[in-house]
Amino acid sequence: MKHRYLPMTEEDKKVMLETIGVNSVEELFSDIPESVRFQGEYNIKAAKPETALMKELMQMSEKNADLKKYTNFLGAGVYDHYQPIIVDHVISRSEFYTAYTPYQPEISQGELQAIFEFQTMICELTGMDVANASMYDGGTAIAEAAMLSAGHTRRKKVLVSSALHPETKEVVKTYAKGQYIEVIEVPHQNGVTDVEALKELMTDEIAAVIVQYPNFFGRIEPLKELEPIIHEKNALFVVSSNPLSLGALTPPGKFGADIVAGDAQPFGIPAGFGGPHCGYFTVTNKLLRKVPGRLIGQTVDEQGRRGFVLTLQAREQHIRRDKATSNICSNQALLALAAAVAMTALGKKGVNEMAVANIQKANYAKNLFKENGFTVAFDGASFNEFIVQLNKPIKQINQDLLKKGIIGGYDLGRDFPELENHMLIAVTELRTKKEIDTLVKELGDYHA
Amino acid sequence: MHNQDQALIFEISKPGRVGYSLPEMDVPTVELEQLLPEGYIREEAPELPEVFELDIMRHYTALSNRNHGIDSGFYPLGSCTMKYNPKINENVARFAGFAHIHPLQDESSVQGALELMYDLQEHLIEITGMDQVTLQSAAGAHGEWTGLMMIRAYHEANGDTNRTKVIVPDSAHGTNPASATVAGFETITVKSNEHGLVDLEDLRRVVGEDTAALMLTNPNTLGLFEENILEMAEIVHSAGGKLYYDGANLNAVLSKARPGDMGFDVVHLNLHKTFTGPHGGGGPGSGPVGVKADLIPFLPKPLVTKRGEEFVLDYDRPQSIGRVKPYYGNFGINVRAYTYIRSMGPDGLKAVTEYAVLNANYMMRRLAPHFDLPFDRHCKHEFVLSGRRQKKLGVRTLDIAKRLLDFGYHPPTIYFPLNVEECIMIEPTETESKETLDGFIDKMIQIAREAEENPEIVQEAPHSTVVGRLDETLAARKPVLRYQKQ
Ligand SMILES: Cc1ncc(COP(=O)(O)O)c(C=O)c1O
Repeated sequence: MKHRYLPMTEEDKKVMLETIGVNSVEELFSDIPESVRFQGEYNIKAAKPETALMKELMQMSEKNADLKKYTNFLGAGVYDHYQPIIVDHVISRSEFYTAYTPYQPEISQGELQAIFEFQTMICELTGMDVANASMYDGGTAIAEAAMLSAGHTRRKKVLVSSALHPETKEVVKTYAKGQYIEVIEVPHQNGVTDVEALKELMTDEIAAVIVQYPNFFGRIEPLKELEPIIHEKNALFVVSSNPLSLGALTPPGKFGADIVAGDAQPFGIPAGFGGPHCGYFTVTNKLLRKVPGRLIGQTVDEQGRRGFVLTLQAREQHIRRDKATSNICSNQALLALAAAVAMTALGKKGVNEMAVANIQKANYAKNLFKENGFTVAFDGASFNEFIVQLNKPIKQINQDLLKKGIIGGYDLGRDFPELENHMLIAVTELRTKKEIDTLVKELGDYHA
Repeated sequence: MHNQDQALIFEISKPGRVGYSLPEMDVPTVELEQLLPEGYIREEAPELPEVFELDIMRHYTALSNRNHGIDSGFYPLGSCTMKYNPKINENVARFAGFAHIHPLQDESSVQGALELMYDLQEHLIEITGMDQVTLQSAAGAHGEWTGLMMIRAYHEANGDTNRTKVIVPDSAHGTNPASATVAGFETITVKSNEHGLVDLEDLRRVVGEDTAALMLTNPNTLGLFEENILEMAEIVHSAGGKLYYDGANLNAVLSKARPGDMGFDVVHLNLHKTFTGPHGGGGPGSGPVGVKADLIPFLPKPLVTKRGEEFVLDYDRPQSIGRVKPYYGNFGINVRAYTYIRSMGPDGLKAVTEYAVLNANYMMRRLAPHFDLPFDRHCKHEFVLSGRRQKKLGVRTLDIAKRLLDFGYHPPTIYFPLNVEECIMIEPTETESKETLDGFIDKMIQIAREAEENPEIVQEAPHSTVVGRLDETLAARKPVLRYQKQ
C-alpha cells in the first residue's frame, strides 16, 4: 500500500517486525478474538487521488448557495460579517492549527498567550471579570451557565426568556434534563422579556434567569430593570450576548450580570453551516472557581520571565473526574484564536464603528420597510435584526428570493406559531444601500 | 524558538492606528441617542488594542514561533492520535460552498452540504458497525454525554427508571465519569487486573439492576485490547445495561474490529483524532455518535436523511433527546474528516491501523530495556511505560517529558492513565517514518542514561525553550487571567 500519508517501506517493515519478534503485522492483532474480527475491507468508496477528489468535492460544494455569491439577510444567531483577511492567514499557520491543547507550556507559549489575549478582550467587551478559553458554541455555553447556576445556588429551576434563541433554548432543555433542572419560559411582551411576568415567576427556588441581549428578535432587553428583580431572590443573572453588539451597547457587566456567555462567531468566523464557531463564557470574580473549561493564567518561570499556563485545573475533568465543573475537554481554541485576531484588527475604534454600522444599516432597512407600507412587528430599539410581517409562508418567499440571488430572513413561524408569515431580517455592515433597497422592492409583492 | 519576552498585543497598542477596513457607510445615519434607550449606549470603550496590519501579522507570527504543532515535529501524545493533518482537508473546508453557507438557509440551497453529511454518516456506520450516526456532537466529551443521554432516554422509555449508575474502568479518561455526571448518573469504578484489562470478577460484582451502562475504550487507555469484550458485553447486557464505546482509540482497530460487532450499543468517535481533524491548539473537534437500532429513536434532532433524491433534515423524531448543539455539529471538521476518508479508501484505512500498531510495537520493544514496561504483550496503537526505575534515581516522568523538549519533541502523555505509576503514554501514529521513530527512541535512551549518570540535566530541563518551567502554584494561587493596563 503506497500512500502519500504513509511513509513505511517494505524494508522498514521487515526490520521493525524483526525487532518486535513477529513474522507479520497480522500477529500483532492476535489478541483480537476471531469472533469479533472484522474480515476484509470496509465497504466504502474507493480512495480518490488528490486532484480528482478536489474536483468532486468542489462540485459538491457548488450545489450550495453561498454567502459570497448571494446577498444574505439571514442571521438568527449566525451572522454574515466583515472578516478581516488576516484572520485566515493567522489561523492557517500550522504551528497553531496542528497543535494539541497546550499541556506543555514551554513549547506552547504562542497558543497560551493568544488565548490569554482572547480572554482579556472578551472581558473588556462584556464588562466581566473572568473569561474562559472558549466553549463549543453559544448554545452549550448558555446550557453550562444554567448548570453552574443550579449548582451554585443549589436550586433546581431556571427561567429562560422566550426571546432567547430557540435552538439555545432547546440545548438548555436537553442539558437540564440530565441535571433534573426544570426550565420555565418567561413570556415576552412586544418582543422583549415581560418584566411583570418575570416578577410573578420569580421565587426563592429560581437558580437563574437567562435573557439574551440583543435578543432573538433583535431587541434590546431592559437589563437594568431585570437585574433587581433577579437578585432580590438571590438568583443568578445570566445574559447571552452577541459580543459584537457590545461595541456599541452598554455591556451586561455594567448591569450586574453574573454570567455573560454567547458566541464569538461575529468576530472573523465564517458561518460554516453552523460550526465550528466559538462559545465564550464569562463570570464575576465570585464565580471564578465554578467556571467550566480551560483558563489561561499568567505566571513566571524560574528566571522571572513572564509566561502563561493552563490554570485552576482542579476544576476540570482530567483531575476532578465525576466531580468536575463540566465534562468539556477539547474546546474551540482555533476559533478563539480567529476571534482574537478579528478583535485585534478591529480594535477599540473598529469594534464600535462596526457595531454602530449594524445599528444604522438595520435601522435604515427597517424604516424603508415601514415607508413602503410593511408592518414591522415588535418595533423598538434593536441591534441588527427586525421583523417584517408578510402575506405568504416565509419558506415559499425564501425560495422565490433564492432565484433572485437573495438569501431571505428567518422563518419565525418555525418556532413561534403566532409569528407565522413573519420574517426576521438581519442587516449587517456588509449590506449595501442598493442591496437593502432591492430586498424591499423584491418583497413588494408580499405585503401583509 | 528565540529567547525573548514576547510583548502582549495590548503593550504594542498605539492610539491612532487601525487594522481594519470596514465597508462604506452608504445609508443616511441617525444619532444613536434616537435609536437606543437611555443608558444603553456604551460610554467607556472596550480596551481593545490599536494596531496596524503588519504589526498584527508579526505579533501572531512571533507567537506561532513559540508553539509546537505536528508540522513542527514529532508529537507522540498518547490518547490524542496526533497524526499528520492533510493539507487538502484545509482547502476543501475553505471552499465557499462549505465555509460560507448559513445553517438556516432553505434546505434546497444546501443540498451539497447535506449530501456530504449524509455520506459521512454512511461511511461512519460502515466503519463502526452501528446502525445510525448523528454528527451533532462537537467533541469527544460532548459525544459521550449525548450517548449517555440516549441511554437514559432508552431506559426511561422502557419504564426502567432505577438505572442510575454508569460503570467506568479505573483506566478511563476523565471525561467518561464527568460526562456521566452531566447526564445525571453516578459513576462506579471497576478495577483493572494485573494484565491491564478490566477485572471480570469486579465487573460482575458492580453490575446490577441499577446499571445504566458500562463505558469502555477498546483498546483501552493502556493501548491493550480488551480480549474478553464479548464476555463483558454479555455481563452488562444480561443485567439490562448498555455498552458504551469511547472511540478515542479507534485508530487501533480500523478494519480489524468494529465496535458494533464487539457488542457495543453506542459509540462516539473523535474525528479530530482518527480522522485527521486538526486539533487547533485545543479544539475544535467533532464527536459523532453511532447507535444500534434500538437506540435510533433517541438520537438528537435533526438527523440528516434522504427522501428520494433529496437530502433533508428530519425533525420529526418524537422520542429524540432533543438538541445537543445549535445547528448540525462542527460541520467544518466533518468536511475535513470526510475528505480524509475519501483520500484513504478501504485499503488505506486498513493500512492506517496496521502501521499505527506496527509503529507502537516497534517503539515499545526498543524502549522496553530502558524503562519499565508494566504490561508486556502486544500493544495496539499506543503503549505505556512507567518511569518507576528513573524515579528511584530522583528523575520523575515530568522531568523526562521536559528533557524531551530540549530535543525538539512534544512529550508523550504523562501521568495518565491513573492506574500506572509515573506513567508515560506513547502513541506514534502511522504517519511517522522509521527515521523519526528511531530519532525519538535514541533520545529516550539517552535520557534514561542521563537519569543514571547526570540526573541534574534532566531534573533541570528544559534548557532550550523560550521559557523554563513555569510556576503553576503561583498561577493558581494568585490568578491573573487577563491583562490589566498599568
Ligand atoms: C480516551 C479519551 N476519551 C475521551 C476524550 C475526550 O475527547 P474530547 O477532548 O474531544 O472531548 C479523550 C481526549 O482527550 C480521550 O483521550
